[in-house]
Amino acid sequence: MDKNFAARRRRDLIIAAVLVALAALAPLFVKDVYVQNILILTLMYAALSQSWNILSGYCGQISLGHALYFGIGAYTTELLFTKFGVLPWFGMLAGGMIAAAIAMGLGYPFFRLRGHYFVIATIVIAEIGLLLFQNWEWAGAAMGITIPVRGDSWVKFQFLRSKLPYFYFALALCSLAWFVTWWLEDSKWGFWWRAVKDNPEAAESLGVVVFNSKMGAAAVSAFLVAVGGAFYAQFLAYIDPESVMGFQFSLLMALPAVLGGIGTLWGPVLGAAILIPMTELTRSYIGGSGRGVDLIVYGALIVAISLALPQGLVSLFSRSKAKNQAKGATR
Amino acid sequence: MTAQAIIQSLASGLLMGLLYGLIAVGLALIFGLMDVVNFAHGEFLMIAMYVSFFLFTFFAIDPLLSAPLVAAALFVFGAVVYLLIVRFAMRAKANAGMVQIFTTFGLAIVMRGLAQFFFTPDYRSVPHSWLGGKTISIAGIFLPEPQLMGALVSILAFAGLYFFINRTDFGRALEATREDPGAVALVGIDKNRVFALGWGLGAALVGLAGAIMASFFYIYPDVGASFALIAYVTVALGGFGSVFGAFAGGIVVGLVEAMTALMLPPSLKSVGIYAVYLLVVFIRPRGLFGSI
Repeated sequence: MDKNFAARRRRDLIIAAVLVALAALAPLFVKDVYVQNILILTLMYAALSQSWNILSGYCGQISLGHALYFGIGAYTTELLFTKFGVLPWFGMLAGGMIAAAIAMGLGYPFFRLRGHYFVIATIVIAEIGLLLFQNWEWAGAAMGITIPVRGDSWVKFQFLRSKLPYFYFALALCSLAWFVTWWLEDSKWGFWWRAVKDNPEAAESLGVVVFNSKMGAAAVSAFLVAVGGAFYAQFLAYIDPESVMGFQFSLLMALPAVLGGIGTLWGPVLGAAILIPMTELTRSYIGGSGRGVDLIVYGALIVAISLALPQGLVSLFSRSKAKNQAKGATR
Repeated sequence: MTAQAIIQSLASGLLMGLLYGLIAVGLALIFGLMDVVNFAHGEFLMIAMYVSFFLFTFFAIDPLLSAPLVAAALFVFGAVVYLLIVRFAMRAKANAGMVQIFTTFGLAIVMRGLAQFFFTPDYRSVPHSWLGGKTISIAGIFLPEPQLMGALVSILAFAGLYFFINRTDFGRALEATREDPGAVALVGIDKNRVFALGWGLGAALVGLAGAIMASFFYIYPDVGASFALIAYVTVALGGFGSVFGAFAGGIVVGLVEAMTALMLPPSLKSVGIYAVYLLVVFIRPRGLFGSI
């Protein structure tokens, strides 16, 4: 069992390395800006969903308010940039740290809440954040902030001529979120999280510090999501409260993990790889009419996958593997 | 801020709060029965408003008269949604909570899309309904008639629901199934029929609310979203599973909203509701009347 586990982890790492290498070569073949855009968004949502999965999937604390951390990452970066001229790289780090601090501050009251009370508290706190930013004049209120053009360089983290640098950053962020998850999966924290998710009382009795492990998950998760928000702000060059802190982001972060397989290493990546291109394509090909056909297709797919594959798409792979193992055992 | 203004706000807040309670009580009923949060609840409200709107447009039936019809239509709709979709979401062994959340959420997105497709994203309203735009004044306090009627319907609906749950056979079956879904099968109660009935009832209650609201609120495909969040907060504030809690929660939410609107800019009026929700669950993590 232990040997298998170590072998599986090594295999995961090799697969990831190959995938990253292949993805890094993708721009050689994909010249179309529209397709590049879809690839960038797919990588970004994979990263966000992977980060969301740490708290909600592994640790079992289902958050539908992660848009708060996304928005904090975006706003911290852009407020520091436009008001004080601080480079986005530092803003990104500051945003991540502020988001992690807020996540831990909220953890004190929130982690006492169970089930739907926790879920609704996360929705509510993100909604409060949204309303406050919409009314905060200094931060541009509902009008938002337009990010001024300061050149085309990695130093300024702004690229005007090509989308490729954004692509490589998104790929790096996605790889980082995956690697952090991979690394934590086999750490003391990873085991604590799964114990807390399955049965908090039993975990507590066995000496797992339930509260601290939830706090750790919240901080890591919020930090990575805020970095994603900072990236998104630079990528769009414009932010307003609704477009970086709206409820739809909380959902868009959760959906890839849910569809791919919540609490699994590959679920968010697989889910994003299918869901995001599908969302973008339905939006541009059948959503143009403004008549909601894209919503119908998208919603129906969510219902169908939730009902047919409650453990997500990754269960398609593990199921066949489990069958093979069972066959091997009987033989 | 005069005493008059405060009393006026409290009165409007109370009326709106009773309506919030009516919107939320169906959600509380379904949750109490089977531990499922219907994340398409706002879209049920939206459908009810459209049904009421079309009954007015095509048959000239006033929203006030169409309320029972809308409730009946939503009853059927709710039961069908349970039998066709939710029943299967209940069978998930792994990630049951996530499956239920995303199944009902996906349904909400489909319903919004369908509404956009068939009714266009335009804002509609019921013009010249019997109560629309009228107010009555009691001792210098102005009360809009549609909201007043909504509050009255809400109180009657709660009384009816109370009677139904406590005094009828179906109500007892509902209560028994809620307590032990496994054991009721032994005495010949079909769990699925009871759950379908629960969904029908929950939808019928939000149908009533939708019909009343059609006479004073704009009708558009996304109208449910904002009311749904208030409904979740209302239910959680009262305590999940407590129908009485939803009623009380609605009143609290309405009053808090009205008071916040007096003190803060109107765009921040919901912040008060959310802050009170957080305060209440931090002190009582099971809501005001939650027992589970």
